[in-house]
Amino acid sequence: MMEMLRLYVSYPFVRYALIVGVLIALCSSLLGVTLVLKRFSFIGDGLSHVAFGAIAIASVLNVSNEMMLVLPVTVACAILLLKTGQNAKSQGDAAIAMLSVGALALGYLLLNIFSASANLTGDVCSTLFGSTSILTLTQGEVWLCAVLSVMVIAIFLLFYNRIFAVTFDENFAKATGLHADAYNLMIAVITAVIIVLAMNLVGSLLISALVIFPALSAMRVFKNFKAVTLCAAVLSVCCALLGLLVSILAGTPVGSTIVAVDIAAFALFAVLGFVLKRMQR
Amino acid sequence: MALLTCENLSLGYDGSAVLSHLCFSVCAGDYLCIVGENGSGKSTLMKTILRLQPPLHGRIVTGDGLRANEIGYLPQQTVVQRDFPASVREIVLSGCLNRCGSRPFFNREEKKLAQENMEQMGIAALAGHCYRDLSGGQQQRVLLARALCATRKLLLLDEPVAGLDPKAAADMYAQIWRLNREQGITIMMISHDMAAALRYASHILHVGEPLFFGTKAAYLNSEAGKLYTAGTEEASL
Repeated sequence: MMEMLRLYVSYPFVRYALIVGVLIALCSSLLGVTLVLKRFSFIGDGLSHVAFGAIAIASVLNVSNEMMLVLPVTVACAILLLKTGQNAKSQGDAAIAMLSVGALALGYLLLNIFSASANLTGDVCSTLFGSTSILTLTQGEVWLCAVLSVMVIAIFLLFYNRIFAVTFDENFAKATGLHADAYNLMIAVITAVIIVLAMNLVGSLLISALVIFPALSAMRVFKNFKAVTLCAAVLSVCCALLGLLVSILAGTPVGSTIVAVDIAAFALFAVLGFVLKRMQR
Repeated sequence: MALLTCENLSLGYDGSAVLSHLCFSVCAGDYLCIVGENGSGKSTLMKTILRLQPPLHGRIVTGDGLRANEIGYLPQQTVVQRDFPASVREIVLSGCLNRCGSRPFFNREEKKLAQENMEQMGIAALAGHCYRDLSGGQQQRVLLARALCATRKLLLLDEPVAGLDPKAAADMYAQIWRLNREQGITIMMISHDMAAALRYASHILHVGEPLFFGTKAAYLNSEAGKLYTAGTEEASL
């Protein structure tokens, strides 16, 4: 088995997949903690559907670099969702559901009507579940992914204390002079960037898993923000690596394999958390 | 010059006023209790003072060297906080953010300040503990320590004893009283606890009909005071 693994890793596209996978997993888990605690998980889910719609439009318009269209559209929707989500009167959660389902339906419709592709179902399936796309990444895409990921990580580290304050108590943060709205905007934009990046890895339907599972797993066991964030990051990277390797060796779809590993880790951490709680008593 | 002055203030949501023509001022060292019925606009007033929402009319002036971001705030607990994985130290330290300016991380001085405030509130031993595992009284102490990191001048407290048992509530009141007496920290507190308000406050702001602002003694003799304090023991004193 090790022989086989060594053979695979000697291919550049496999190495690219590993690098991109690790970076995306790291980014999504870092932000996942904040999104889960701020009750923003649904925004991530909604955005992933919007991104699917944007990809459909990009492929219908025959845009050569899909990312250039998908990224701005998703960022714009993130800002829109954040604004409506804050306004309790306009039923923010319903607006998000509307936007995400609408994007999904119209995206598929557009693809069906206009697409010249011979294997439409396969295309849609790989966009939704990310079956093979990560193994077909070009060097340019890997670079874009790497640069964006590093930016996300740098922003997260620099604003770590402020993100904590805004997550824990937005009103207090605002009252003591922090520009909480600006940080919320920043969080929404970064979320959009991560989701567009993660579409390559796990497909648009499974992105939420990458964001939510590591954070929730870490919260079962750890009880302070720093430890939860660190644990989520390490766990997410490990799960992504393991999932990638398993999918390469066993020939399973990349996205769902990674998510399966994440679920297994969550189960493990849930049990661990339960045992730790019992021991404390 | 008063620390905080509200001039002909009208407040509410979407153009419809909950409270209007409010005039009052708070001087350094005052202990102001804001009382009134549910829905009379107490929390809206506090949010307006904290600039979480704009006033409909009139203005709020800060004086005596008080900057607008130097108001410490003890909010009511939110749903988010109830299961938030954060240690006591992390939360108290987050109160120092308004001292950081554009610096991304806390310096040694700020960490020391957080430590001092935890000691003062008697929660230094809990520094590594998780916030959600604490009792209600301990949680309020943590939030009070955080507010003290943000300011040494003016504290706004929104029903600080809501949900606390009588012992914890008495401890909380004693703690706030000490901050006011011994350290000269100005207190503005929303309270439904009339007995405690009359016991500790130097001034009372009664929102609703009729509106009243003045010292405690004047309040007890006013129409609003007589209506509202009927039944509490202090009223008969």
